Amino acid sequence: MSIYEQEKALLEGLATNETNAVETIYRENYGMIQAFIVKNNGYPEDARDIFQEAMIVLFEKAKLNSFVLRCQIKTYLYSVCRRLWLKRLQQQSRYFPGVELLKETVPVENEIESHEKQTANFNMLEEALGKIGEPCKSILEAYYIQKKSMPDIATAFGYTNADNAKTQKYKCLIRLKKIFFAQYKNGE
Amino acid sequence: MNDTLLLDAVERYRNGEMSPQETILFEELRKNNPEIDQLAADHNFFLGELDKLSEIKAYRNSLNEVENKLANEGMISENKGKGKANVVYMWSRYRRTIAVAAFIAGLVSISTATIVSMYSEKKNVAVITPLVDTKLNQFEHKLKQIETKLNDASAVAKEPSKPKFEANFRATGFLVDGSGYIVTNAHVVNNARNIIVENKKGDQFFAKAVYVNKITDLAILKISDTSFKKVTNLPYTFPKSSTELGEHIFTLGYPREEIVYGEGYLSAKSGLFGDTTSYQISISVNPGNSGGPVINKNGEIIGIISSKETNADGVVFAIKSKNIYNALKDLKGDESIKLPSVNSLKGLDRVQQIQKLEDFVYMVKGN
Repeated sequence: MSIYEQEKALLEGLATNETNAVETIYRENYGMIQAFIVKNNGYPEDARDIFQEAMIVLFEKAKLNSFVLRCQIKTYLYSVCRRLWLKRLQQQSRYFPGVELLKETVPVENEIESHEKQTANFNMLEEALGKIGEPCKSILEAYYIQKKSMPDIATAFGYTNADNAKTQKYKCLIRLKKIFFAQYKNGE
Repeated sequence: MNDTLLLDAVERYRNGEMSPQETILFEELRKNNPEIDQLAADHNFFLGELDKLSEIKAYRNSLNEVENKLANEGMISENKGKGKANVVYMWSRYRRTIAVAAFIAGLVSISTATIVSMYSEKKNVAVITPLVDTKLNQFEHKLKQIETKLNDASAVAKEPSKPKFEANFRATGFLVDGSGYIVTNAHVVNNARNIIVENKKGDQFFAKAVYVNKITDLAILKISDTSFKKVTNLPYTFPKSSTELGEHIFTLGYPREEIVYGEGYLSAKSGLFGDTTSYQISISVNPGNSGGPVINKNGEIIGIISSKETNADGVVFAIKSKNIYNALKDLKGDESIKLPSVNSLKGLDRVQQIQKLEDFVYMVKGN
């Protein structure tokens, strides 16, 4: 397998959340990112944070059907981490020593922007989930986040049948949607 | 169609749970009813976001799993280092910050020093060092005594008078009258309780200051010791014409317990801050040279060494010998001093000049 094919396989694995793919990418790239961040005024904890975020950016990209990686994963991750770290240093008005790893970088501004938008949506969604109260929150989480089946949820939450649970779920969903869109439209 | 039904429809449509017939119906409904279509689109988007959130959460879980696994393997540093490792870590982390801080600190101290020195240069009226040696080396003095004794083994009988006391300063002076008048600096004998002059041979005589002028920094001592024998034939004179820039000059003095020769040239016709009673000369002198004669090549004493600029090399100030006349004028009546008038140094080479001169240059000590 050529490097390109290997990386393509890795990304496909990433898109379907295969632990092996995640682990391989971690092993091959984490050290470099940590070195970069520690050299540039950061702690290893910061490196873990930034690397996770970069992995999510990569994940979001990998899930897009249109996605074609035009450089190595290594280069891509470094570019994203570098950008994210600079941004964070700037936000905390900390000093950027400017230690580069002498690696090429690719433009990743658009990805990071859409990633941030997505993250903002997730935050709104989670906030809304926190506001609707129980049992709505648990039911919705069980069905939509943990992807449990309706009969299972009915049993777990003590509904006489799945249809009752389903009705309850939709009621909850409508409330959630209201709260979410109220905020979402505000943000636009 | 109420919200719940629509939600259900959208959800089933998304999940592909509708029968083909139902799908066609649903799609038609949306096409013909913009309001419902908008609602369905909202639903669809919302469900999509929920889906993505679910995926991200699952993905985050596997990220954390992998991270923990690697942390357990030691590939990812779990926590901040402890103890020594922490120091090393902190060093590597803050190395640049420290470097920057050190650089700034250096810059600040240099600029502060510059500002301070600029400021103090303006303020310092005279950063000059009087050339009196106040750190006397008594050991060297005793050694010389022994040496002289050994040399003059035959002359043991006429043991020179040696007043016994510890001197705490040393400078230079020279005879201006064979009957025992010595010129030196006022700052040399100022505050001195006892003054002793010592010639090259090591003979010491008590002396007292008969004239001290702090403004011109001139003093005239008179040897009061009875053991002093009047000397004649002082070889030097004082110049009648003015001295020119660049003239070669030399001096004899006691920066050590032994007489030391130094030579240089006249650099300026005035002293510090345009002081016209002094010359600026360039010569190598040290504490102890104060009061030494500055002599030109013709054997004329043009000045008396008094001080040097502390911060500059070879910037030495000498009081013009003209001031001696004024001093003598002030003294007249009390003491009768006759300045030497016959110059026997002119035309001699330097070594011969020095040989003739050195007997008349005295060490001035006291406490």
